[in-house]
Amino acid sequence: MGSSRAHGSPACIVGVGESDYAKWGAIVDQSELGMALAAVMAAVRDAGLKSSQLDGFASYSNDANLPAQMQLALGMPMLRHASMVWGGGGGGLLGAVAHAAAAVEGGYASCVAVFRAIAQGQQGRLGKGGKSGPTYNATAPFGLLIPAQQAALMMRRHFHEHGTTPDTLAEIAMVCRENAQSNPRALMRGRPLDQAAYFAARMISDPLRLFDCCLESDAAAAVIVTTADRARDLPVVPVEILAAAAGGGPRWGMGFLGGHNMPVASYSHGNAAELGTELFARAGAGPRDIDVAQFYDAFTPMVVQALGDYGFCTHDEVATFVASGALRRDGALPINTAGGSLSEAYVHGANLLVELVRQLRGNAVNQVAGARLGFIAGGPGVAPTSAAILARSAA
Amino acid sequence: MTIFGSDMPMPVPDIDDAPFWAAAAQRRLVFQRCTSCGAHRHPPAPVCPTCQSTGSDWSEAPARGELFSYTVTHVAPHAALRGHTPYVVALVRFPAFDDVRLVTNIVGSAPDHLKIGAAVELFWELVGTESYLPRFRIVGDETAE
Repeated sequence: MGSSRAHGSPACIVGVGESDYAKWGAIVDQSELGMALAAVMAAVRDAGLKSSQLDGFASYSNDANLPAQMQLALGMPMLRHASMVWGGGGGGLLGAVAHAAAAVEGGYASCVAVFRAIAQGQQGRLGKGGKSGPTYNATAPFGLLIPAQQAALMMRRHFHEHGTTPDTLAEIAMVCRENAQSNPRALMRGRPLDQAAYFAARMISDPLRLFDCCLESDAAAAVIVTTADRARDLPVVPVEILAAAAGGGPRWGMGFLGGHNMPVASYSHGNAAELGTELFARAGAGPRDIDVAQFYDAFTPMVVQALGDYGFCTHDEVATFVASGALRRDGALPINTAGGSLSEAYVHGANLLVELVRQLRGNAVNQVAGARLGFIAGGPGVAPTSAAILARSAA
Repeated sequence: MTIFGSDMPMPVPDIDDAPFWAAAAQRRLVFQRCTSCGAHRHPPAPVCPTCQSTGSDWSEAPARGELFSYTVTHVAPHAALRGHTPYVVALVRFPAFDDVRLVTNIVGSAPDHLKIGAAVELFWELVGTESYLPRFRIVGDETAE
């Protein structure tokens, strides 16, 4: 599933919006549905549209806020597209964008909201066990119950195979935290993090310490996808979806959320190498062309996996690349420029998508000068994982 | 003395993995093997990922495997784990069985004695009255306690 410019007007993102961002449990006067609607309505306003002009929804991670409820609340005369990407976490983030892009490019819908809302205080916190079946049987009785442990198993192996170290993870956590300091929406604004504080924090599941793990939030975010032709009538700088894809490579299975029998040679990677090759080819660009990137960062190891899998460097080069300061705002590849899941808010990556659009419009809080081509990765280590390449429109 | 509390999640065998747990109850570690191409797979599943055959039998694994990866967990993600931290979740690899890996626990070794590639040996722990879980020790190491 992906976008293609072969048929008619290409898909663009023309609006971004979010609810209030708060620590989990802090939003008590607005339901999760209300938060989802707030984000979509903010994105609609940002695009210069009316909510009645929407005719589709795309989401992922089994978002509980149904298109039927959203259509009713928003007064939409027609619903023409409603799609969900399988899988939990942020793996499907850009799959939802691919669905929306395909829908508007194919003429199945004209204006689709991609959204995700998480009210952890109302719906229960993430990362708690409670399933059944062979995967559960193969993991839970042994105390393998939460994603931090699952990510830790992969990261330990990455250390062993590729020479990454705890310093690699610390730098990623510090970059995200630093970027949050100038973002008024960021939940970790005002709480800077240095290396001593990173290493002083408690161990969660070795080698993952507290600040390798994302925030837990009440938050919602949305973007509006339409065609470039329709975007011409709107008072915004459209951001073109050059390529968006969701999928995974061979023999990955449930990945790090499953029984951990991924292929030995790529066990510590993110199941995105094959996807990334196809994605960049479709966009007609390479990793070195990217001006600014957003990497899904529920855990710092996910940034490591994405760097190597998408070819920003090799897996063996990740430690050196990260240590060089490349990920900082003045580095070769600025990442998670609003703070990400680690330091802005945890919305299964939807806030990363909003931030990338702002960067390419040129109005981000930590604007990367001249940013024209942007990359975003959804959660790695699962199938489908996903990614997209977005571009500031030339016009 | 079990390594975790008594109300830990227990396997609830289903159609696909019942033979694995039936063997475990007899203290036999078995992996599913395709009767068509011979490839082993884990966790149990209805179709062979190598040849797509639906036929399978179960072959007993060697008592020794190799530590593929591990994490020392310091939090208690389940109430039954309170008072039992830190504990080691490990992946044990069986090279002679097409590199199948088993999620398990390493018991009896200090964390700094854990090394990827180390030889590990199976033992069975009685949990409840008649269930056994496969756990492992580092061969030749008894540094914990």
